[in-house]
Amino acid sequence: MQAAADNSIEASGLERKFKNGPLAVAGIDLRVEPGEIYGFLGPNGAGKSTTVHMLTTLLPPSGGSARVAGHDVVREGPAVRAAIGAALQEAALDPHLTAREHMRLQTALHGLPRAERVRRGDALIERVGLGDAADRKVGGYSGGMRRRLDLALALVHGPRVLFLDEPTTGLDPQSRAALWDEVARLARDEGVTVFLTTQYLEEADHLAERVGIIDDGRIVAEGTPAALKAEIGRPSVEAEPVEPEQAGGVLGVLERFGEPVPGADGAVAVRLEGGPECLTDVIRALDGEGLRVANLQLHAPSLDDVFLEKTGRHLEGAGEEPGTAEHELAESPA
Amino acid sequence: MSRGAPYLSAALGISWRSLHNVFTTPALLIPALVFPLFFLAAFAGGLSAVAETPGFDYPNGYTTFIFGFVLLQASALGGVFTGFSIAADFERGMGRRMLLATRRRTAIVLAYLLTAAVRVFVTWTVVTVVALLAGLTVGGNATEVAGLYLLSLTVNVIALLFAAGIALRLRTLQAGPLMQFPIFMLLFMTPVYVPQALLAGWIAGAAELNPLTLILNTNRDLLAGLPAEIALTYGVAFGLIALLAAWAVTGMRRAEAAG
Amino acid sequence: MNAAAATLRGSPLPTQVGTLAGRSVLRTLRQPAMIVPSIVFPLFLLAVNSAGLDAATNIPGFPTDSYLTFALAFPFVQGALFATMNCGQSLAEDIENGFFNRLALTPMRGSALIAGQLGGLVAIGLLQATVYLAVGLLAGGEMASGALGVPVLFALSILISIGFGGIGMFMAIRSGSGETVQGTFPLLFVLLFFSSISLPRDLIEQQWFQTVATINPVSYLIEGIRSLFVVGWDAEALALAFAIAAALIAIAISVAALSLRERLVRT
Repeated sequence: MQAAADNSIEASGLERKFKNGPLAVAGIDLRVEPGEIYGFLGPNGAGKSTTVHMLTTLLPPSGGSARVAGHDVVREGPAVRAAIGAALQEAALDPHLTAREHMRLQTALHGLPRAERVRRGDALIERVGLGDAADRKVGGYSGGMRRRLDLALALVHGPRVLFLDEPTTGLDPQSRAALWDEVARLARDEGVTVFLTTQYLEEADHLAERVGIIDDGRIVAEGTPAALKAEIGRPSVEAEPVEPEQAGGVLGVLERFGEPVPGADGAVAVRLEGGPECLTDVIRALDGEGLRVANLQLHAPSLDDVFLEKTGRHLEGAGEEPGTAEHELAESPA
Repeated sequence: MSRGAPYLSAALGISWRSLHNVFTTPALLIPALVFPLFFLAAFAGGLSAVAETPGFDYPNGYTTFIFGFVLLQASALGGVFTGFSIAADFERGMGRRMLLATRRRTAIVLAYLLTAAVRVFVTWTVVTVVALLAGLTVGGNATEVAGLYLLSLTVNVIALLFAAGIALRLRTLQAGPLMQFPIFMLLFMTPVYVPQALLAGWIAGAAELNPLTLILNTNRDLLAGLPAEIALTYGVAFGLIALLAAWAVTGMRRAEAAG
Repeated sequence: MNAAAATLRGSPLPTQVGTLAGRSVLRTLRQPAMIVPSIVFPLFLLAVNSAGLDAATNIPGFPTDSYLTFALAFPFVQGALFATMNCGQSLAEDIENGFFNRLALTPMRGSALIAGQLGGLVAIGLLQATVYLAVGLLAGGEMASGALGVPVLFALSILISIGFGGIGMFMAIRSGSGETVQGTFPLLFVLLFFSSISLPRDLIEQQWFQTVATINPVSYLIEGIRSLFVVGWDAEALALAFAIAAALIAIAISVAALSLRERLVRT
């Protein structure tokens, strides 16, 4: 489906300063194309949610400008809100109401005609798989169910732009996968532009067509996941010595193959000058020096490596996510 | 392997922690002080004309008459507020630590009794000073006044044991109303505003059956230096303590079993 | 009409108010812990006080020989205090859990939110008033103003609830915290007791207390309601009560609306 031409998001020098406080967002420039899924990746406190609040008109910027769906977020707030849906960081639901009652409320406030409210509300409930639970109070829902209802409520008025603020935090893998599928379908089949904030590398990698990495209120990198990783280009190798006192020796060997980078606790790592084919040489070199390693891993570049390259530190929670691109090798005998 | 702290040591340690919590947290300290003062001011100030009612024969004035009730109420609610602390401690996991640290778990109950006693002593001091400034006239001698506060201490213990039994069984602050409302209702089904002889209707019957009525009447008699049914009152009070001690200790056993 | 055009305009104000009021009523009815104490507790205190203070009717100048009739005003005003808490508590919950932001992203008008919350409060207030009156009359209380006094009683009671509900909303919007709303209950309780709730003002002996009760606007609310039970039609008492209720509403709703404008900070 062709995306409407005015489904874009643009920000220019967008800034938010809190009273007597720091600059939470320190001048952001971005453009999200119509129908695109844009991932906004960064650690806690980086300014992701503040940016979302400004783009969704919940917080006035203290500087710069932004346009969402062709409307200025400051001067045309109601028009922006008519064009967007938002599922914010908390699945903001009333525990005493059922899903169906939430739908009636949301559709009524959005001005849908009475007959349309019932039809649309019920259709969305079915679409997110809550048909069986529609008449149960939300207070008894699981985290995944709440998030699904949250998304359904954001779609009630057929928005052209969707903001999702850390939508899968705390969800089990199954619920997360289901939500990803729905988001991808919205963009692909309905041309909805999606602005997604996340602190999970895998989510940005999997879902986003383009990623903006934010740290300390500024975008430090932007591009497709592949392009960003290609900037780093080279894999890293990480070795955990069997005897901790041999760490210096192991690092000395690895340094023949690339420059040191931070590794996990008890391990040493270098970014390889050559490609993954260097690994054989690394193993031979360690063996030649009589050094035994308990674990040897080859890491393809990840978005965390991009973040590390730009900021000098890891993204919080990086490496804790299942399915990150790691190739684990068995203990390598000397 | 450690077998836990000795009995008294454990009780004192837990009590100290609890008291430190209360005296450094205004939200915990202030209501216990303010509510009795509020009732003293509202009743002694707003209802003093009730003393003009025919048959109202209390010799020491309405402020002293009401002070008898306020002292009872402060003592009882002080016990209940300590019950809230027990519920909070167990809800937040501190209870489990205490169960692990003590050889004999009844030391925990003793600890909270000590806590409640110290808390109520502070409340009594403040309320008594304010009442004296407001016109409280004490007709009783030193022994009678000591007896009055000792009796009030038994009420504090009774209320705490009741609240503790609930707190240890349910182990959540949401049980607060279950601790508070029965005590509140019992307090108000006594001769709060007028002597018992002037009550009529259902309240007269309820007050007759209510053990707190005997304690309240004795409070007022001791304050005024009038003859009081000391033996009976203390007998009833200690009887209630024995009954509710069993309630609290079995509550502790339930908490232990829950782990 | 397409969804975009509909949502830009939003539903008409009466629809928004009705929708939000419906939600408010539903939420309250589904939380017995909010309704039951607000009905039971005032009735319990009425029972205890009317029996315990019956002897006070022998004080020279006491306006009635039934303390129950005299005290029937009490639950209506105390019920209003519970309205403050319930109204404020639910709004604070919405702010704390983010539901408020969800509403802010719709075309909902701020006035609809306030009116909707109060609409729910009116429904519950009518239930409370019906129970208090029924129980009071069944227990032997008298209504000197007769059947015609009932709608006036309900009107005054609802207005008082709205006024106090506005205070609760203001506290909730201002603080965004349910705990803060709860924390104001003791202060309002003090207002209730430092009034002519227990004795007529002219029979309060302690001068300082009489002065406080005279300054306290809650005294006039109580006296207005009481006049319907004890006197019948006391124009002055009723006029004062309605005027103070109206003033309370005007002030409380204004500050609530101003606070809402700051909190609903959307552009």
